[in-house]
Amino acid sequence: MNIDIPSLNLIVLAPQFVIIVAALVVLLADLFRGQEQKNLPAWLSLAGVIFSAVVLFATWGGEASSFQKMAAADGYSQFLNLIFLTTAGLSILISIKYIADEGLAVGEYYALLLLATAGMMLMGAATDLIIVFLALEILSIPLYVLTGLNRARLESGEAALKYFLLGAFASGFFLYGIALTYGATGTTNLAGIVGFLGSANPALSVVEGAGPYLTIALGLLLIGFAFKVALVPFHTWVPDVYQGAPTSVTAFMSVGAKAAGFAALARVLLYAFPTLASGWTVPLAALAVLTMTLGNLAAIAQTDIKRMLAYSSIAHAGYILMGVVAANEAGVAGILFYLLAYALMNVGAFATAIVVGPALSPSKGKRGEPGVEIADYAGLASRRPFLAAAMAVFMLSLAGVPPLAGFMGKFYLFSAAVQADLTWLALVGVLNSVLSAFFYLRVIVVMYMKEAEEPKPLSLSWPLGIAIALAALGTLALGLWPSPLLDMARQAIRALLGS
Amino acid sequence: MNQLGLPILSLITFLPLVGVLVILFIPGEKAEAIKNWAFAVAAVDFVISLALYFTFQSDSAQMQFVEHVPWIENLGISYHLGVDGISLFLVLLTTLLSPIAILSSWTAITDKVKEYMIFMLLLETGMIGVFVALDLFLFFVFWEATLIPMYFLIGRWGGARRIYAALKFFLYTFGGSALMLVAILVLYFMNARATGQPTFDLLQLLQFDVPAAAQTWLFLAFALGFAIKVPLFPFHTWLPDAHVEAPTAGSVILAGVLLKMGAYGFARFCLPLFPEASVTFVPLMSVLAIIGIIYGALVALSQRDVKSLVAYSSVSHLGFVVLGIFTLNAQGVSGGILQMVNHGLSTGALFLLVGMLYERRHTRLIEDFGGLWKQLPLFGTFLLIVTLSSIGLPGLNGFVGEFTILVGTFRANVVYAVFAALGIILGAWYMLTMFRQVMHGPLDKPANRELKDLTIREIAVLVPIVVLIFLIGVFPNLFFDKMGASVTALLAQVAGP
Repeated sequence: MNIDIPSLNLIVLAPQFVIIVAALVVLLADLFRGQEQKNLPAWLSLAGVIFSAVVLFATWGGEASSFQKMAAADGYSQFLNLIFLTTAGLSILISIKYIADEGLAVGEYYALLLLATAGMMLMGAATDLIIVFLALEILSIPLYVLTGLNRARLESGEAALKYFLLGAFASGFFLYGIALTYGATGTTNLAGIVGFLGSANPALSVVEGAGPYLTIALGLLLIGFAFKVALVPFHTWVPDVYQGAPTSVTAFMSVGAKAAGFAALARVLLYAFPTLASGWTVPLAALAVLTMTLGNLAAIAQTDIKRMLAYSSIAHAGYILMGVVAANEAGVAGILFYLLAYALMNVGAFATAIVVGPALSPSKGKRGEPGVEIADYAGLASRRPFLAAAMAVFMLSLAGVPPLAGFMGKFYLFSAAVQADLTWLALVGVLNSVLSAFFYLRVIVVMYMKEAEEPKPLSLSWPLGIAIALAALGTLALGLWPSPLLDMARQAIRALLGS
Repeated sequence: MNQLGLPILSLITFLPLVGVLVILFIPGEKAEAIKNWAFAVAAVDFVISLALYFTFQSDSAQMQFVEHVPWIENLGISYHLGVDGISLFLVLLTTLLSPIAILSSWTAITDKVKEYMIFMLLLETGMIGVFVALDLFLFFVFWEATLIPMYFLIGRWGGARRIYAALKFFLYTFGGSALMLVAILVLYFMNARATGQPTFDLLQLLQFDVPAAAQTWLFLAFALGFAIKVPLFPFHTWLPDAHVEAPTAGSVILAGVLLKMGAYGFARFCLPLFPEASVTFVPLMSVLAIIGIIYGALVALSQRDVKSLVAYSSVSHLGFVVLGIFTLNAQGVSGGILQMVNHGLSTGALFLLVGMLYERRHTRLIEDFGGLWKQLPLFGTFLLIVTLSSIGLPGLNGFVGEFTILVGTFRANVVYAVFAALGIILGAWYMLTMFRQVMHGPLDKPANRELKDLTIREIAVLVPIVVLIFLIGVFPNLFFDKMGASVTALLAQVAGP
């Protein structure tokens, strides 16, 4: 009897391993560090992220699959890793002073952040539904903890509980979807599903019994994903969680968790289930319209910057979903490009919220920071012209004004929709951009056209400044010179779309 | 390469941007240095742009001074610049009005001078880019990019209701161009599927015959964006707010250049890309233009604020431009193009004069003035010339433009011409009424007795415009000659093979 020894090509997940090792090192170092070395975990984490990026680029372009085809290193996962590492790196930079001011546990914070990053990266590499589920949990559980890390604030705990309960529900849906998929197709492996659907006539299988199970399975998987990427009507946790979580965590998860969700969503739908596209295209298009429109409409009414950005992030999920619905090369490359652009501009925007809404440490007798009102940005242009300019860049980019990264990303996604003969969807998208300009501009109005009555103290530090500068320059550069990254994104999705 | 052997259009377009980069390094307290530098950059840009006029080959309908470099290659987007007889004068108008606008803000803007000048120069880059871009994507980027600086100029340095006006301006234009973006994409994929050559290049897209059924929708989507910018009735409601609240220089640029972007868009994109739809929509566009002419004039007649009077007169005058373009004959189109320049000069000058008055008296209400001629003879002389230019006195520029447009309209449709001519009469009425109430009569308001006449700087601001007003009025062929070939080629494209 032959025993099949699974091939373990560890190189496939090398960037992920680096991050996990870094997380462990951070935890250990936190035990032995001196009192005055309170930034040591941050620098160690940053070093881990950079080293992971080095490993990523060293193995860039190679395509390999391992763990019995449960995970793959292909162009798609590599590009996603780039997004996650960028997000993690920026998030660490904006956290350093904030975490210290808030009096949060330093070691745990960075270790959890790295573990969540590893989960996201695994999500991009997963080619088996089981791994998708594992990755989802690896990224979610640290995020639940991070959300509630600020024990001095009630909102933080409330947000963590909400996030956890709804996230657990979503995981349940997802798991049930996996089980039904297995029941219908006999495998959880994406390539296996492709083989099954390719061999059986889909129209026939609906009659023969696998069909209804598969339909329900797909529906449940979609609900699970919809929770994670916050599509309307599965978005209700977002505003409270984003507002309640420590701002640096919000920045990190608003980008990272969303990108991870879309990464797996696109891979599962477009790689494994393209034959059932007639079944999921219309519901997803409807979800995209709902998500964009409700997200933007609700954002208009917000006065708290974190809540506004939360609703805006819902709307952006709607734009990104257009790429999945279009299901063509431009669409998927557009998703990747957009996620990168979104990482830069959204982390940047949250970073300014850290500056403007300075943390009041619990030792000062106040229970944590108050909400960061948009009104707190008043007069920022005269106090900190470069900071205000950076925030203006982020807002205009989120609104989709050229020549900024957000515009290029939207342009790409809209063009994918038009190419897929979904011109009406592109139309809804552009009209939503106009709608969104309304609330993004309001921040600019407050910064540039109003003066503060009693200026609140700002909380700036040089790592934070560097992160904001990098994000702003990146937003500009991606808008003015998108070619290299667009090419990379198009290369990256070859494996996924099987061309 | 082009006849000058150097990328002159890039130079003209991006010189102001280079100026901005330098300003970033001048400390904000050195307001004088910043002003001088900004003015110098804009003035040098104007001088360089004069080379375009003198080396432009009038007999050629081809794009000239062309630059063509791939930008985002796999989407077929390129950095493609060029001017022809249609865009040449709009580029020159922009480079002329920009230094004038900067000079006019010398004493009016004392707050945040650095940012102000940065936005003025950014705006100049965006506007020139709109007129020289020959790639639809590039055009769209420049088109949208002009929004941001103008939004800030109105919102930061404007009047009491500036935030409302700035937002309205932004949302109207942004909304109008949103549909245009989708239309550009649809056009792109239609062409790519038909020819296998994905491209946003205007000159290549012009080779493609858009199916007649699609033309209607594409035309309407483009036209909406342009009509809001012009602004054509009934999309004009943002204009009076934006004009009244904007600082003087903002109004000058807004009326002088930004509105022209809409009319230019019709001539450059709508007509040649969608010729059949253009012909179909001639009645609609002409009627809207005529309503704009008469409505704008009637509303102007009832204004008490000089600045909103001038703003509504813009609605009226731009109606003439659109009417001319949609006559689809040589007279109408050339007249329309010249009238864009004329309107830029005379309305620009009117806003400058109103601004000078406002700086002295801090009011713009007509009833607060009267008999100013005794106190301000120089001011009065300039205002008289500009007023007469605006109402189309023979010998001045306005006459040439309006007359040519009317000739073209008469050839196309007599009824349109009759109604349009009514607008000219109304124009004379409200302008002369305003002039009489402000300049003549008794000097009975005590505050007006203190007013000082124009300074040297203010005269320097106005003289170039007045010279051009006479020049165009007396030697219109200096301008028509350069347009002829391009206009003929455009009309040939519309008429079809």
